[in-house]
Amino acid sequence: MADYQNIYLTLSAILFTIGCGGVITRKNAIVVFLCIEIMLGAVNLAFITFSRANHSPEGIFMVMCIMAVAAAEAAVGLAIFVLLYRKTGSINIDKFNLLKW
Amino acid sequence: MFDYVWLIPLLPFIGVLVNGLFGRRIEKASKSLVHWIACGSVGLAFLVTVVIFVQMLGLEPDKRLYDYTWFTWMESGDFIVTVGYLIDPISMFMCMFVTGVGFLIHIYSIGYMWHDEGTYFRYFTYLNLFMFSMINLVLADNFLLMFLGWEGVGLCSYLLVAFWFSNKEFAVAGKKAFITNRVGDFFFAIGILLLITSLGKHGIWSLKYSDVFAHASLLSPDLITLICILFLLGCTAKSAQIPLYIWLPDAMAGPTPVSALIHAATMVTAGVYFVARCNILYTMSPLAMQAVAIMGALTAFFAATIALTHNDIKKVLAYSTVSQLGYMFLGLGVGAFAAGLFHVLTHSFFKALLFMCSGCVIHAMSGEQDMRYMGGLRKKMPITFYTMVIATLAIIGFPGFSGFFSKDEILWKAFSSPNGNFTLWLIGVLAAAMTAFYMFRLIFMTFFNECRASEEVRKHIHEAPKSMTIPLIILAALSVVGGYIGIPQALGGSNIVEHYLKPVIGLGKGKIFQDATGTAITHGAEAAGHHFSHMIEYTLMAITTIIVFAGIFLAYTMYMKKRTVPENLAEKHPFSYRVLLNKWYIDELYEALVYNPLHSFSLFLWKIADVIIIDGLVNGTARFFMWCGSMLRHIQTGYVQRYAITFVAGTLAVVMYYIFLLYV
Repeated sequence: MADYQNIYLTLSAILFTIGCGGVITRKNAIVVFLCIEIMLGAVNLAFITFSRANHSPEGIFMVMCIMAVAAAEAAVGLAIFVLLYRKTGSINIDKFNLLKW
Repeated sequence: MFDYVWLIPLLPFIGVLVNGLFGRRIEKASKSLVHWIACGSVGLAFLVTVVIFVQMLGLEPDKRLYDYTWFTWMESGDFIVTVGYLIDPISMFMCMFVTGVGFLIHIYSIGYMWHDEGTYFRYFTYLNLFMFSMINLVLADNFLLMFLGWEGVGLCSYLLVAFWFSNKEFAVAGKKAFITNRVGDFFFAIGILLLITSLGKHGIWSLKYSDVFAHASLLSPDLITLICILFLLGCTAKSAQIPLYIWLPDAMAGPTPVSALIHAATMVTAGVYFVARCNILYTMSPLAMQAVAIMGALTAFFAATIALTHNDIKKVLAYSTVSQLGYMFLGLGVGAFAAGLFHVLTHSFFKALLFMCSGCVIHAMSGEQDMRYMGGLRKKMPITFYTMVIATLAIIGFPGFSGFFSKDEILWKAFSSPNGNFTLWLIGVLAAAMTAFYMFRLIFMTFFNECRASEEVRKHIHEAPKSMTIPLIILAALSVVGGYIGIPQALGGSNIVEHYLKPVIGLGKGKIFQDATGTAITHGAEAAGHHFSHMIEYTLMAITTIIVFAGIFLAYTMYMKKRTVPENLAEKHPFSYRVLLNKWYIDELYEALVYNPLHSFSLFLWKIADVIIIDGLVNGTARFFMWCGSMLRHIQTGYVQRYAITFVAGTLAVVMYYIFLLYV
């Protein structure tokens, strides 16, 4: 059992890092959004792995929750982007810095 | 009837409540109802006083003490203060003329204040409050209730002196009266606190006169001297003695009946009453007695010199009051407490009369107070003239009038008693001579020669209405006969006043206050001092009388015969004239020594300490944090990704910290 755990966890870490890097560097809001989804996926993978290793169902419940939240969040997020695009003709997040001092 | 003593202070207080709360409506409905309430309450209080007084006289002299406790005022552990009233010779003596003369002044006020629209009820409310405070002061059976009255008269003097407060000068005079009194009250309060704490050390938690006097011997002589001096400082403010007399002449700003009330029946007599009341304490401290005597003699002399040159009729009378109060304190200081109180009594008659007469004159002269513009009023105002002459003869100590007996008693005691000496007597006699001079100067300038008023004013001159003249006549009668209750033994009298006050005052046997063991406090044997023959007393009396006549004669020459003399004198001695006219520059001195330093110090506290330092600290703190915020807010750029970087960096830092911990 121990071997595949390491593989899955490593994969999860790699995915998380990719997602994190994408969130920080990419300028297109939709890509940033996708990267966030990748990070969530990485976390889900880690949960499932631990759940299997410990023979406990909590991890699965957690994953279910995260997926539900992610779905809702995607809907809200995409709606915001549509509106932003209609208003400004762009979804480059560097242009949206109104919420400052 | 003794158990109804609470009616005496309560009646004027009801007057205060009724007129104070509903006065405006009452005045609108019926103006005369206002003074019916005010005068009625004081009149009834006077009646109750008379009944109690008569009942007290029916008792044996050494039984004339009744302590009526009304209710508990405050209670703190062992320390209990009650509202209680003391009936004894001295309190009834004071209460008799406080309510009596006060009543006459109330009646006189009706005529004097009738033309004041809309403030009539306010005036009578204050007047009744004044009576309430003064009655509390003289009847209280403990120091604290007495202090309540003491403060009350201070407050009322402020309210009444500044009665016409829309005139700035009058408002300032009221303020001056109040603040000067505060200075004295401050010392007085310290005296009371010192008394209760030092008695408390011996387990006596009471401020009742009887308890304090009974246990006074527990205190060390130095402490008693200190307490007496503190009380004396309080009395100098209330009774207008050097160094705190300055408010009294300015208190002339109030309506004239108020001056009469302050100068005769209430307020200024409080200090004399208090020293006499505490004669047991004062007798234990020769130093304090000496201080009282010297202060009194100096005040008597000093104030008389100021009165010599003043032209304002009320100012002259004011300084004469200060001077007469000096006599009273001189009497108290040499141990002649009875003589001092006797002078309070006679003084209250003739000084109230003098002020009322001057009020009539001012009334007739359409508000003019400068004697240089009066003159010749004798024919036009006969009642005022004759009563005022009687009062003047009384105040200068003309043989046969009341002032003669009381003043002579004081002067004789100042000379003969163990505490007295020739110097004190001499100062007193000189002051008496000056009194004779300036009082007759006042009479000559006001009532004799030609009228120097303007044509309009002259047409308006008239005798005062009945409500004003009747009190004058009553008081004139009292000013004459008031002295006959205290004819000294040397003149074949029996000095009723001294015998009456003996159970509570001075040395000798038969006292009614008892010490801790229940025996009467006697302070040793009867006056152990020198004994003088009647011959010396007659001689001194004759000298005083001759000097008084000389004063009258001088005034007559200067203001009737050769009326150029005063001007010539003023021209010849411009310096001394100016000094006297400017009241020895005492006001200026106080301004330089007290007012200006205080004023600049207050300015410093305001402009530097408050505005710059304190406000600077508060505002500076706020401004510092504002600056910090303005620096820090630049972190918030609004770029989401920068926040994300910071967030990730922070997380990484935490993770690395734990890794670092694992491997070290």
